Amino acid sequence: MAQAYHSTVGSRSYRFASLAELMAKATPPRSGDRLAGVMAESAEERVVAQMVLAELPLTTFLNEALIAYEDDEITRLIMDEHDAAAFAPISHLTVGDFRNWLLSDHATSDVLAEVKAGITPEMAAAVSKLMRNQDLILVAKKCQVTTAFRNTIGLPGRLSTRLQPNHPTDDVTGIAASILDGLLYGSGDAVIGINPATDNVAQSVKLMRLMDEVIQKYQIPTQSCVLTHVTNTLEAIEQGAPVDLVFQSIGGTEATNRSFGFDLSTLAEAEAAAQSLNRGTVGRNVMYFETGQGSSLSADAHHGLDQQTCEARAYAVARKFNPLLVNTVVGFIGPEYLFDGKEITRAGLEDHFCGKLLGVPMGCDVCYTNHAEADQNDMDNLLTLLGVAGCNFIMGIPGSDDIMLNYQTTSFHDALYARRVLGLKAAPEFERWLEEMQIFQDVSTHRLNDQLPAAFANSLRHLPKEPRHG
Amino acid sequence: MVDQPASPIVVENPWERLNAFTDARIGLGRAGVSLPTSKLLAFQLAHAQAQDAVHTPLDVDALASELTEALEVSEAPIRLHSQAQDRAMYLQRPDYGRRLNEETREQLQQAAASQQRYDLAVVIVDGLSARAVQQNSVPFLSTLYQMFKSDAADWQLAPLTIVEQGRVAIGDEIGALLNADAVLVMIGERPGLSSPDSLGLYMTWAPAPGLRDDRRNCISNVRPAGLAVEEAARRFFLLLKEARQLKVSGVKLKDRSEDDVLEGDAAPGSIRNFLVAD
Repeated sequence: MAQAYHSTVGSRSYRFASLAELMAKATPPRSGDRLAGVMAESAEERVVAQMVLAELPLTTFLNEALIAYEDDEITRLIMDEHDAAAFAPISHLTVGDFRNWLLSDHATSDVLAEVKAGITPEMAAAVSKLMRNQDLILVAKKCQVTTAFRNTIGLPGRLSTRLQPNHPTDDVTGIAASILDGLLYGSGDAVIGINPATDNVAQSVKLMRLMDEVIQKYQIPTQSCVLTHVTNTLEAIEQGAPVDLVFQSIGGTEATNRSFGFDLSTLAEAEAAAQSLNRGTVGRNVMYFETGQGSSLSADAHHGLDQQTCEARAYAVARKFNPLLVNTVVGFIGPEYLFDGKEITRAGLEDHFCGKLLGVPMGCDVCYTNHAEADQNDMDNLLTLLGVAGCNFIMGIPGSDDIMLNYQTTSFHDALYARRVLGLKAAPEFERWLEEMQIFQDVSTHRLNDQLPAAFANSLRHLPKEPRHG
Repeated sequence: MVDQPASPIVVENPWERLNAFTDARIGLGRAGVSLPTSKLLAFQLAHAQAQDAVHTPLDVDALASELTEALEVSEAPIRLHSQAQDRAMYLQRPDYGRRLNEETREQLQQAAASQQRYDLAVVIVDGLSARAVQQNSVPFLSTLYQMFKSDAADWQLAPLTIVEQGRVAIGDEIGALLNADAVLVMIGERPGLSSPDSLGLYMTWAPAPGLRDDRRNCISNVRPAGLAVEEAARRFFLLLKEARQLKVSGVKLKDRSEDDVLEGDAAPGSIRNFLVAD
């Protein structure tokens, strides 16, 4: 049975009725938890909750499920696949000790890789609630998660980008123009990935072929993905479409994923189907997942949990299916979940930390909508912090402006800024290609070529004469 | 070419002319690897306009008198307010924006005391862009009212309402209080960087509080540079007639006025991807 937790500060006593309430009240403030009615009622109550949480043994999370085992297949996934042997070295720790251990010199990259299967999402979420931003950055930097398909993503000192050439009507020339722009700014080693304007199989297959032709013609060591529903991609595979990666938005509760129209068995089927195509050349990671704090509350499927704990549980779903890429679309959901730049920044660092600690290849869509209290400076800050933290990949879009989804994310220029200022590089196979294609004068110093590379100059001659729209 | 010219401070992109084929911000050029000043400021202006659209309050007095004049209606629109007191509350509590506050709900109940039934209640809501509402409501409704007048059927229209700090679902409560068979919510959409003035139209048949999104039909992006008011009014009127005939709305009522599949390339084979053309 759930037990209550008590603490007294001076003359005031606090009671937390359940582990879920304790977790929620220990969470740094954000609008989504206020909307859900689970947030601490005062600054003092929040810190008291953190103090109580710090005293809890990590084993608490193995003995008490935040969402009942019988009710939720993600709880069952977390509990059934917990690796007790990997957990052994940290099994004696409290949440507060766990923070100390993670920051200590004992927790090297190798040691962290060995214990990750023993860490549950709830343990990661709990410890993150006690950590400052610099703690989240420092520990995440030590956690290295490397994946591969046609190139290798997540190596130390590398920062990859998803080239996102979205267009409001999926216009072929418009999409090709954005792909060209991105490639000539060195973008696209994580994936060339399109959010289709219309979400059906025929449209998706058309876009898959478009990207496949480009990748083949220019021999680009990267992969493509159409961000359509997993069941659409399964159908596309049956039709013989050139599918590199299977996309799906995922959440941390079974009910969230049902509202998205899939369950764990759907993802298992999709991973197997994509792997059967054998399209990877250097690796077999075929899944691309997106997440984001607030999705469970938005689907009315949060079971009274805070949104960051729900989010961490989504990474248990992700790691089950060996993804190439996972990114938290941190500022897309709007100010009712993350109100301003400060809340978006904190959430981005938490998500990256929790994902990496659990062994998930985390990237981040560093982004905001126009009704959030955020701007380009907030994005510059989060991008820089994530670059320091060793984030696997970010988005790349022309001039930060997604004209299809109507939000702002990192641009091709932004990625080059981060690579230059932090000394980061593209994925090694892609970096060699950038040099061979003469897109850069000197790829090691991030000097772009002032001239149009020959292969692309030739393509521009095939441009249609007249634009078809105004 | 033998001589390499000295690199200019701002490097233009030789593929800049691709701009003619997309609204995406491509071919921006660069200073080092960064945005040139002119492109930086153009972005900042677009973002400023989008933010202003979110935070500038609706001028209800001006809109009400423009509507009364343009639509030649005898009664002034009824002014309503949601439970969200101000913009900060509105942005953080979407649930408050979906319900009328106590005071204006009572006002509306009194106004609807006659128990008369209406075919349609038109509800104008500020939403996330007052600018969209301010700019597009009068032209859109002038066109729509003309269609009602020219139509063979007799259309009974409920008194116009204008709601401050409202979300789409507030129209369901208003439509129900007004005894209307259907409700049209005209609301300012979340502003995009290049579209701070976009109006959204939502229709519900048999409106009642607590209905879900799948009961509504939506026509989006109504603005001078997007979907023109004439076309938007035509599509809405078609939807309304179908809803009235079938007595449903939402996913059960398909919008037959627009195509289902986007064919970016007009005729098959007419335009190939220039990147792979041989």
